[in-house]
Amino acid sequence: MGSDGKKREGKTDQPSLEFSDPPPPFSLLIAMAMAIKLSLILLFFSSSLIPTFSLFEDQVGLMDWHQRYIGKVKHAVFHTQKAGWKRVVVSTEENVIASLDLRRGEIFWRHVLGANDVVDKIDIALGKYVITLSSEGSILRAWNLPDGQMVWESFLSGSMSSKALLTVPANLKVDLDSPIFVYSGACIHAISSIDGEYLWKKDFASEGSVDVHQLILPGGSDVVHAVGVTDSSQFDTYEIHVKNGGLLKHTSASFPGGIYGEILPISGDRFVVLDASRSVLVLITIENGQIHLEQTHISDLIHGSSGNTVILPSKLSGIFSLRTDNGIVFIKVTGEGKLNVMERVDKTVVISDALPHSEGEQAFALVQHGDGKIELSVRLVHDMSSNHLKETVKMDHERGFVHKIFINNYVRTDRSHGFRALIVMEDHSLLLLQQGEIVWTRDDGLASVIDVATSELPVEKIGVSVAKVEHSLFEWLKGHILKLKGTLMLATPDEVAAIQKIRLQSSEKSKMTRDHNGFRRLLILLTRAGKLYALHTGDGRIVWSTLLQSLRTTSQQCAGLKLHQWQVPHHHALDNNPSVLVVGRCGLSLSSPSALSIVDAYTGKELQNMGPVQHSTVQVISLPFRDSSEQQLHLLIDADKRAHLYPTTPEAANIFQRESENVYWYSVESEAGILRGYGVKKSHSSDTPPSEYCFETRNLWSVVFPSESEKIIATVTRKPNEVVHTQAKMIADEDVMYKYISKNMLFVATVSPKASGPIGSATPDESVLVVYLVDTVTGRILHRMTHLGSQGPVHAVLSENWVVYHYFNLRAHRYEMSVLEIYDQSRAENKDVLKLIVGKHNLTTPVSSYSRPEVTTKSQSYFFTHSVKAISVTSTAKGITSKHLLIGTIGDQVLALDKRFVDPRRSLNPTQAEKEEGLLPLTDALPIIPQSYVTHSFKVEGLRGIETVPAKLESTSLVFAYGVDLFYTRIAPSRTYDSLTEDFNYALLLLTILALVVAIFVTWVLSERKDLQDKWR
Amino acid sequence: MIVVMSVEVELGQIVKLSKCQTSPIFIVLFNSVTKTKGFVSVPVVDSISQLEVESASRFADIEHRCIPFSIFQFLIFRLDINNPMEKGKGVMGGRKWAVEFTDNSSIPSTRDIPDPPGFTRIPHDQDDSTLSKQKKDAEANWKSQKAWEVAQAPFKNLLMMGFMMWMAGSTVHLFSIGITFSALWQPLSALQGVGKVFEPYKNTKVDLLAPKLLFIALNLGGMLLGVWKLNTLGLLPTHASDWVSSLPPAHEVEYSGGGIALH
Repeated sequence: MGSDGKKREGKTDQPSLEFSDPPPPFSLLIAMAMAIKLSLILLFFSSSLIPTFSLFEDQVGLMDWHQRYIGKVKHAVFHTQKAGWKRVVVSTEENVIASLDLRRGEIFWRHVLGANDVVDKIDIALGKYVITLSSEGSILRAWNLPDGQMVWESFLSGSMSSKALLTVPANLKVDLDSPIFVYSGACIHAISSIDGEYLWKKDFASEGSVDVHQLILPGGSDVVHAVGVTDSSQFDTYEIHVKNGGLLKHTSASFPGGIYGEILPISGDRFVVLDASRSVLVLITIENGQIHLEQTHISDLIHGSSGNTVILPSKLSGIFSLRTDNGIVFIKVTGEGKLNVMERVDKTVVISDALPHSEGEQAFALVQHGDGKIELSVRLVHDMSSNHLKETVKMDHERGFVHKIFINNYVRTDRSHGFRALIVMEDHSLLLLQQGEIVWTRDDGLASVIDVATSELPVEKIGVSVAKVEHSLFEWLKGHILKLKGTLMLATPDEVAAIQKIRLQSSEKSKMTRDHNGFRRLLILLTRAGKLYALHTGDGRIVWSTLLQSLRTTSQQCAGLKLHQWQVPHHHALDNNPSVLVVGRCGLSLSSPSALSIVDAYTGKELQNMGPVQHSTVQVISLPFRDSSEQQLHLLIDADKRAHLYPTTPEAANIFQRESENVYWYSVESEAGILRGYGVKKSHSSDTPPSEYCFETRNLWSVVFPSESEKIIATVTRKPNEVVHTQAKMIADEDVMYKYISKNMLFVATVSPKASGPIGSATPDESVLVVYLVDTVTGRILHRMTHLGSQGPVHAVLSENWVVYHYFNLRAHRYEMSVLEIYDQSRAENKDVLKLIVGKHNLTTPVSSYSRPEVTTKSQSYFFTHSVKAISVTSTAKGITSKHLLIGTIGDQVLALDKRFVDPRRSLNPTQAEKEEGLLPLTDALPIIPQSYVTHSFKVEGLRGIETVPAKLESTSLVFAYGVDLFYTRIAPSRTYDSLTEDFNYALLLLTILALVVAIFVTWVLSERKDLQDKWR
Repeated sequence: MIVVMSVEVELGQIVKLSKCQTSPIFIVLFNSVTKTKGFVSVPVVDSISQLEVESASRFADIEHRCIPFSIFQFLIFRLDINNPMEKGKGVMGGRKWAVEFTDNSSIPSTRDIPDPPGFTRIPHDQDDSTLSKQKKDAEANWKSQKAWEVAQAPFKNLLMMGFMMWMAGSTVHLFSIGITFSALWQPLSALQGVGKVFEPYKNTKVDLLAPKLLFIALNLGGMLLGVWKLNTLGLLPTHASDWVSSLPPAHEVEYSGGGIALH
């Protein structure tokens, strides 16, 4: 106002009293407007850019966690002698080879081989290489023991498939080389352990169809003994020279009875095997180049044993163990070839291989399962009568029985020998026992997650003590002041570390109560071992774990199949805890009886154990109905196409009877290439209605794909719990398209049978990919599209009204991703604003699939660089937030791809209106932005699935990716527009507000004074 | 002649000078808060007029033109400067001064100081009857002229608003929304206060209806401009998309589930 004052002074020659506040100069205003506009446009542009999930280094671990597992251990080799780090090298059923720290159980290094690259054998060669034989013995690799680097790799080709055997002689030297002997593909291969060079190969295919069972190198000799069986009626032994593979001697002896199982070596020249009837033990002795067979009836050794006899594969020199129905029997083979029964133990006992102990003695361990504890005893082979060592270890019930044991010895400081045992439990967990204690445990069952469900946490109890509040308030303030210091760059390095620690270990995120944003959940995981785990999403810790008793009750192999929400209390039954339904199957065939179990999601207790139930289960259908206690109704379809209703209560039956005429189900028979749709018969059929909860179904429609040209390779439906916010899609110029949103839509992809193999097995002309959209109520094909020259594997995701699917284009030699959007044409007329205002439209009337909706589709294909392991889409609470595709890449990472990139309406030159709508110009390939990997630096090894769960906060979606590893994070596809970020500085905000208030007061007082001064000037 | 009078006036109050004074008046203002004095000299008061006591700051302008005390009449006013209400209300230009020196106050002053000559406690409206018809006519003319001026004022505003809107562009962001809403709000508040705006020009002789109507029409025009802008921003629900965007998907009658057999 200074200039104004001057102006006024200049004007004083005009004796005028008139004065009013002049408007601010107009030019200034325009300039201001321009500046604001410019900055706002900039802001707008920066916010409308494609959001990425890149994060700063110090943000890792704030809202994500990553857990590394290896799976159920198959083989273990200890490496403790002359090694700085005591370690054990293991191979697992998830095809992982890993080196574990024996002190703490941590992973030194780990390699996950492909799903088809099954590890057959592992061993350690030269004390520095880990040798693995995989892919049915066709790939031999050596890994550097300290760091896991691959040293060499050899591909072994054989003439036919056979067993895979690996023998790594301890101290055999052939021309300064230590060969490794591998039997695979009906050949014996000798390979240099130094560089993986092929030394020689001996093909057994020419020797007749011999099946080699054992490859033995008697100590000190330079002859490899191969013991095998020809046509299961003749024993063969071959002696092969280690230097050149020359066949030195071949002896054979016929055994007309046939054999069962494997030949087990007892000592260098003795073997034992069961005959085909499993009632006779055959002792094979090789003496002076002759094979002697000696038969002993098992009933002579063990009284009252039946036919289910098995020789256990534990290699105990001079002894072998036999499992019968009554228990395990140790049998000693004397020098004269006599069999002596030494001891009989319980059937559940697990025996390790023998371990060379002091002075040529051999020791082995056996584990016995007691009540809440296990007994580990180590015995010497020569002195079976007494336990060399006996330890009792307390064991969690939820780990089940011991499945495998590997032992290793060490020398204590007092020169006595100690033993450590690595045991694999029924739930696939790995434990190290030493001196009667569990040194460490690894929950490796989590490497084989089958299905995922989530559960809310309990509501927070009201009434927290004042002291606690004060304390937390103090902590809060302290934390924020620290943060403020950090923001203002005043913090010392120690304080920076403290800030990072506070951020990572915020007690908020790992609380066991429900939070306002819905970030804290329980992830309920069903593993292959039949164990249920509940993981906290905050920090990934195991809240509870249950070995499902319903899957263990029978002797048959029971396995969990599916996990369903059983009860989600929201309104009526808030006192009840939420629960999940586990559906399992006891047996291998589809018609095997099923096991059902209902598990409390808060405690892990099995509330109801319904297994094994009489009927089989091939499909589980969650009906959209709930009874008064908020239990979800489920239909279990058995192999005879009967529907079984659960829960089995009269109320549920009533609800179902009322709704049954609108309930349909369909089956996809991929082998036969048929889709069938069924309806539920209202009345029970005349012939023996099994119960009132069992319903007959009738076939309503079938879609038969011609088997000579099409083979079903993928089907996908919408997630049943997906929320769609609106049925309309706004397009450019305020126009509307109505989405065809149906939960009963099935996406089916078929390829020509020739092209169903791996890529390259068919020429482009032969392979055709056809995709269908099928209505599963009526069987009507809504849309069909053909991709010539393309083939699978197809990975697809269906959400709202669109499908995105990934396949290989043989002509372009590239992977492609196509999008198919389906719109309802019959609603397109609803465009009159007045009618819409007064509500005269048919948009909210219930729709029936029988009303034959007219649909139109839009589609577009894009190249995509990666091959894909899994594909999923984000889901949010209300379905308002834009969606991101979550693509599990071949590199075991999860890539978030904005759905806008796979929009079928993208064109080369979008109009202005389309640009405003957010339509991107057409490109031929989908961009892969390195920052949009949600797994950032981590790999989810062996990625199998990506699960998304909506948080309560609309902007945010919780993502859980599982494979051998587990990874959890939360992502906001449109950024967190509805909340402040985690590291928002509240203290700074408060300070700013305070400062502003003070400033307002100060300036107010000052301006008052100035006003007065002005007036009295 | 030195007349000393003490009157309490408020800023914005119109003091009537009834007798025409040929010599300039010099007014001493006394600030009751700061206990300081200020001066205001008034140019020659030739005809009957009013003095609206406006912002005291105005007095500073004339300060250096003060003429020695002895020559002029003096009026001493005690001003309550702490109440600077209606500052800047002065739409009337070229105001003349008049102090009524006839003591027609019926109510005796309650203060120690006797009421100065020309001061009256009776509201000036009641004085209208005492004014002559000519004066009334002149005032009426003047008032109606002023009323028309006031009525046309929104037009200028309208032009500026239009320009600002053009500047703001047609994309939705903070600035354009701010402009649009101010364009909607200004006419609305002006229409609410239409009575107040024309209050000073109320006169039995002046027909305020036409100016008022013009004022209202212009403001409505401004509002229409705002609405039009709102529409160009796409904030008016005039398209089908605005009515269906929040419609949830229709309920499906049938339910179907199933898939590939579990394995």
